[in-house]
Amino acid sequence: MKPSSRKTGRRAQKLLRAGAAVAAALAVAGAGAGQPTAAETQAEIERYRAMLAEDNPAELYAARGEELWNTPRGPKQAALAGCDLGLGPGVVAGAYAQTPRWFADAGRVMDIEARLAWCMETLQGFSAADIAARPFGSEDHKSDMEALVAYVVTASRGYPIAPSQKLPQERAAYALGKSLFALRAGPYDFSCQTCHSQDGKRIRLQELPNLTRREDVRRAYTGWPAYRVSQGEFRTMQWRINDCFRQQRFPQPKYLSETVNALITYLAVEATGATYNGPAMKR
Amino acid sequence: MSIRISVAICALLLGLPCAPALADDAALRTALEAARRDFEARGPAGLDRLDLDAVQTVCNRWANNPPSELQSLLQAEQLAAVKYPEGGNYLGDWKKGEALAQSGRGLTWSDGAKVATGGNCYNCHELASTELAYGTLGPSLARYGQRRGRSPDLLRYTWAKIYNAKASSLCSNMPRFGHSGALGEAQIRHIMAYLFDPQSPVNR
Repeated sequence: MKPSSRKTGRRAQKLLRAGAAVAAALAVAGAGAGQPTAAETQAEIERYRAMLAEDNPAELYAARGEELWNTPRGPKQAALAGCDLGLGPGVVAGAYAQTPRWFADAGRVMDIEARLAWCMETLQGFSAADIAARPFGSEDHKSDMEALVAYVVTASRGYPIAPSQKLPQERAAYALGKSLFALRAGPYDFSCQTCHSQDGKRIRLQELPNLTRREDVRRAYTGWPAYRVSQGEFRTMQWRINDCFRQQRFPQPKYLSETVNALITYLAVEATGATYNGPAMKR
Repeated sequence: MSIRISVAICALLLGLPCAPALADDAALRTALEAARRDFEARGPAGLDRLDLDAVQTVCNRWANNPPSELQSLLQAEQLAAVKYPEGGNYLGDWKKGEALAQSGRGLTWSDGAKVATGGNCYNCHELASTELAYGTLGPSLARYGQRRGRSPDLLRYTWAKIYNAKASSLCSNMPRFGHSGALGEAQIRHIMAYLFDPQSPVNR
């Protein structure tokens, strides 16, 4: 273990205890007749942030992801050092900021998570079914993918968001994402736009970014993937889109599907030029 | 209703210029094809949720701003399908209405089939002054009954708004709670009481 990992390891207990305390406080406040007020919730999160100084539990996931990246795994017992995230085999720094993009070897537009899955399949010999079986982790069942994503996106901090739109397939993914964003369906007639096309709105106390405005997309996109305090887990963009569709009362989008990748492409392209600042810590 | 039929309605019944939006139709068709390929049924959320009805089709096609003739036609259809309560008995128990207004549960794939569907009111509306955790996507309904009274017309109008918001505003963001079957008659009566009862915290 490298010194930085050991230091991260020592912080682990403190961070997770603090996270659990805040999650519990939010849960207790939410269980009463009233939800916590915006100020109370914000104060709780600020208290948590102060407790951690500049630390974010996402670091723990990133450290585990780095180990996973370097460890020979899968039926082929290969590490991911040969994985090409778009900037050449093994290059991690800045790679996430340039996704989603077209990958000629796979013949599709991929977000970072789809690309990692591709490498796990082709280099390590994992089956697609195994990778898709439990992509979103829980306390009892940590997700390797979430850790890998945490590692890879952390290595894009400070890089400008720059997904390619040079190829027609990349432009088609953007166009599809834009159409899907507006598609109303289901028992409540919801689309992504229902909640994300006006300024300054909220659901309960949760503020909603207006994702039809570049400024808001940039702020939202450069914070994701993120550590979710209320869930006590690191969450990826695949999870973010999946959970929005759950709340829209849609059926479930398949993990890494064209639909989810297209929506991520749409947001990434709208956020082009903004500096990646994640992974953030979210309520 | 298919997109082709909605275009036919537009072209044949209303004589409107439909050709310029054909590119949107292609994009919408592509999006629906992708969705039908990429979504899977889970729990109570089946793939039939991607079968669009006339309102959804028209609102999608015209980016929530369809030609006024088409709006009127479809709103009238939606209004005609509103079922009003037996014997004009609009008002139930405001306490049960409050519980429904608070609950945002139901109909997601993670809700079991036995989960009672909530009214979701506080997700988008301000209601009782004591509840500070309200959403702002919809208008404030604070002191709803106190401000507006409870005339028969208002009771009927409000019932129809909860039952099917699209009957008065075709591409409204608000779900069609009665029309979709999310809420039954008894539940809508309780929510009505929460809005109108003088004892309800909404009016105190």
